Amino acid sequence: MKRVVITGAGTINALGLSVPETLAAMREGKCGIGPLEFRDVGRLAIRIGGQVRGFEAEGRYNRQQIALYDRFTQFTLAAAREAIEQSGLTFTDELAARAGVVLGTAGGGVSTWDDNYRAVYEEGKNRVHPFVVPKLMNNAAASHVSMEWNLRGPSFTVSTACASSNHAMAQAFAMVRSGMSPVMVTGGSESMLCFGGVKAWEGLRVMSRDACRPFSANRNGMVQGEGAGVFVFEDYDHARARGAEILCEVAGFAMTSDASDIVMPSKAGAARAMQGALADAGINREEVGYINAHGTGTAANDKTECAAVADVFGTHADQLMISSTKSMHGHVIGGTGAVELLACIMALRDGVIAPTIGYEEPDPECALDVVPNEAREAQVDVALSNAFAFGGMNAVLALRRA
Amino acid sequence: MSTQDQVITILAEQAMIEPEDVTLDNTLEDLGIDSMGVVECIFAIEETFDINVPFNANSPSESDFDISTVRSVVAGVERLKAEQS
Repeated sequence: MKRVVITGAGTINALGLSVPETLAAMREGKCGIGPLEFRDVGRLAIRIGGQVRGFEAEGRYNRQQIALYDRFTQFTLAAAREAIEQSGLTFTDELAARAGVVLGTAGGGVSTWDDNYRAVYEEGKNRVHPFVVPKLMNNAAASHVSMEWNLRGPSFTVSTACASSNHAMAQAFAMVRSGMSPVMVTGGSESMLCFGGVKAWEGLRVMSRDACRPFSANRNGMVQGEGAGVFVFEDYDHARARGAEILCEVAGFAMTSDASDIVMPSKAGAARAMQGALADAGINREEVGYINAHGTGTAANDKTECAAVADVFGTHADQLMISSTKSMHGHVIGGTGAVELLACIMALRDGVIAPTIGYEEPDPECALDVVPNEAREAQVDVALSNAFAFGGMNAVLALRRA
Repeated sequence: MSTQDQVITILAEQAMIEPEDVTLDNTLEDLGIDSMGVVECIFAIEETFDINVPFNANSPSESDFDISTVRSVVAGVERLKAEQS
């Protein structure tokens, strides 16, 4: 079994167009959530979100690339470039043949579906652009990453709703740990902030109209975000041999299924996933200093997640810190675990714990140290990153300080 | 703009060259337009002239639309415009 480390990180999200910008915003407790801007937003009941601003496809990509890249692919390619450049890797020969890319997304090219359904249903057009299918398919982002960086090994896309990128990163980790591949590019992305994407979520009646306030007694729902997080997972010996900078170690993971309800979370499923990740990593629960919560800001998730943490950690639950950065960047759906992994890296590498902003009133059902409103300095040796999806599919990663 | 000039503009844009550099005897391959590019050109022609082009990317040579040269594309568009107007 190989040890696995992270040697590159990249992101695009509502807090920033790079990792340094995003971490600075998290340290300052900035809110990236604001009024949504896109066609027909006036017909929505929910008009806020963590929308990426200042990201122009023009200038980044040429005309033919834009014809092929949905926004979720555009985000992915920008994040992958930052991560791979940081890693310093170039993929040729044997390394290229074995390295691959595993990414998560829940919806893939949602705005491509939306634009083209509008064209044929609302505008009555009878033809669509020839690249609609290759643009909207869920594996488009992973495919373009493989083409751009010559990754010729195992590559695919994972889709498990809000746990997609955690499942993807867990899979990539397992592939490097087993020796199947020395390097995997992994993470996830999502871009469903368009009329149809938000309208669909409205239907569930779990969205907040004003703010995402995880763990706060007055929380009133989730807020959608968008963006991507991409990482380079590398065999520790491979990274050491070339003198790469190591951001942190990925120590273990677990995946569980609630096998109970299509939308309601289960305490047991979440607890088994956290417990499983600790066991897989060979970590004692007392070593865990920080948990990046799934923390959606819905009534059901936050109290269930806190109860699961209490079950897994016992008295240590009161010693550790748990925060939800969704309060700042919104729920990035299939990309959320990837964007949130950045908060774990910041905790482990920089000793800075990202806050849960928008926290106003303690909730006795969420009585943990949720790092309210302001970032905190603390040395953390082990962090967990939780993702609990609709459909009861859970994936938790355990990370260690390098 | 004549049909010929419009077709040349479409092909030149796809090939990312100037329209003046396109001649009627060029093949689409000469212009550097690959199979995906051909499908995009067909789409642009359909949108521009509001016609349906009987083109099957699986077997371009058996389609009832000759894309062998710029001249044949222009002729095909003129025929379809007349038939479908």
